[in-house]
Amino acid sequence: MQIMVNDNHHDVTATTLAALLEELGYDAKARIATAVEGAFVPAGRRAAQPLREGARVEILAPMQGG
Amino acid sequence: MTLFYGTALTSRLMLGTAQYPSPEILSDAVRRAGAGVVTVSLRREAAGSRAGEAFWNLIRELDVPVLPNTAGCHTVREAVTTAQMAREVFGTDWIKLEVIGESDTLQPDMFALVEAARILVEDGFRVFPYMTEDLVGAERLLRAGCEVLMPWGAPIGSGKGLNNLFGLRALRAHFPDVPMVVDAGIGVPSHAAQAMELGYDAVLINTAVAKAGNPAEMARAFALAVEAGRMAYVADPMEERDMAVPSTPVIGQAVL
Repeated sequence: MQIMVNDNHHDVTATTLAALLEELGYDAKARIATAVEGAFVPAGRRAAQPLREGARVEILAPMQGG
Repeated sequence: MTLFYGTALTSRLMLGTAQYPSPEILSDAVRRAGAGVVTVSLRREAAGSRAGEAFWNLIRELDVPVLPNTAGCHTVREAVTTAQMAREVFGTDWIKLEVIGESDTLQPDMFALVEAARILVEDGFRVFPYMTEDLVGAERLLRAGCEVLMPWGAPIGSGKGLNNLFGLRALRAHFPDVPMVVDAGIGVPSHAAQAMELGYDAVLINTAVAKAGNPAEMARAFALAVEAGRMAYVADPMEERDMAVPSTPVIGQAVL
């Protein structure tokens, strides 16, 4: 299944957000936040968050800011 | 002491964490500033990258309250989602809400800002809205539930200082009890002192420190200016006059 992660194409077998993070190699304890189709998905709901073909996923981490 | 959503800060100088030459210089600058708050943000992270974790560890070591921002957001939806993601990552319900309406000036979109603020306040956020000095916009933001306002001094990163002194004075006078922070456009410590002399409760600086030849030294200079400006405001400055008035008494002056 084709998924867009941070604007990059990925061909994955995962069908949930939690499975996607694992398949892409994100550390389970990584300090990241996730959104699917522009909507925030809290960490506790990633396992129940389904992914459809072509889904847009954002994975963000802390950075410097003004 | 001014309270920002019930919290007394240790300093009236808020410092951004972007654009420093190195993490070490950033840490030095925050310490030398004695910053009361540091602002932070979010970015895309690839699997296996440790950049976000490293930055977060650096910030935690500084032991200064963090104020996450929604920099780069142009719509209500982007700003709300970014705020929600920031709350989870940084573990705070404080958010510096930026909704940009115009790319050349990075001027806040006041209409979208009010809408995003309303949604976020209802969702339990404590919103620090980055705004123009617009009085009506300020009223709407307060009605939306904001308890702090952050008017710009000048466009972000411009270093032009307080572009609209009349507007900033009027804003301060209209809402004397609302904690207000001049955010953006401050270039040198005298601009920060001026904002504090007007009665603003704090200033937020980033580029002016990060892009200085010696950021840590400039951070200290800003800290002193903020303290001096605040002290001057509390001491109640004299009224400006158009005509000269002799400071040396004229009574008893010799006629020669």
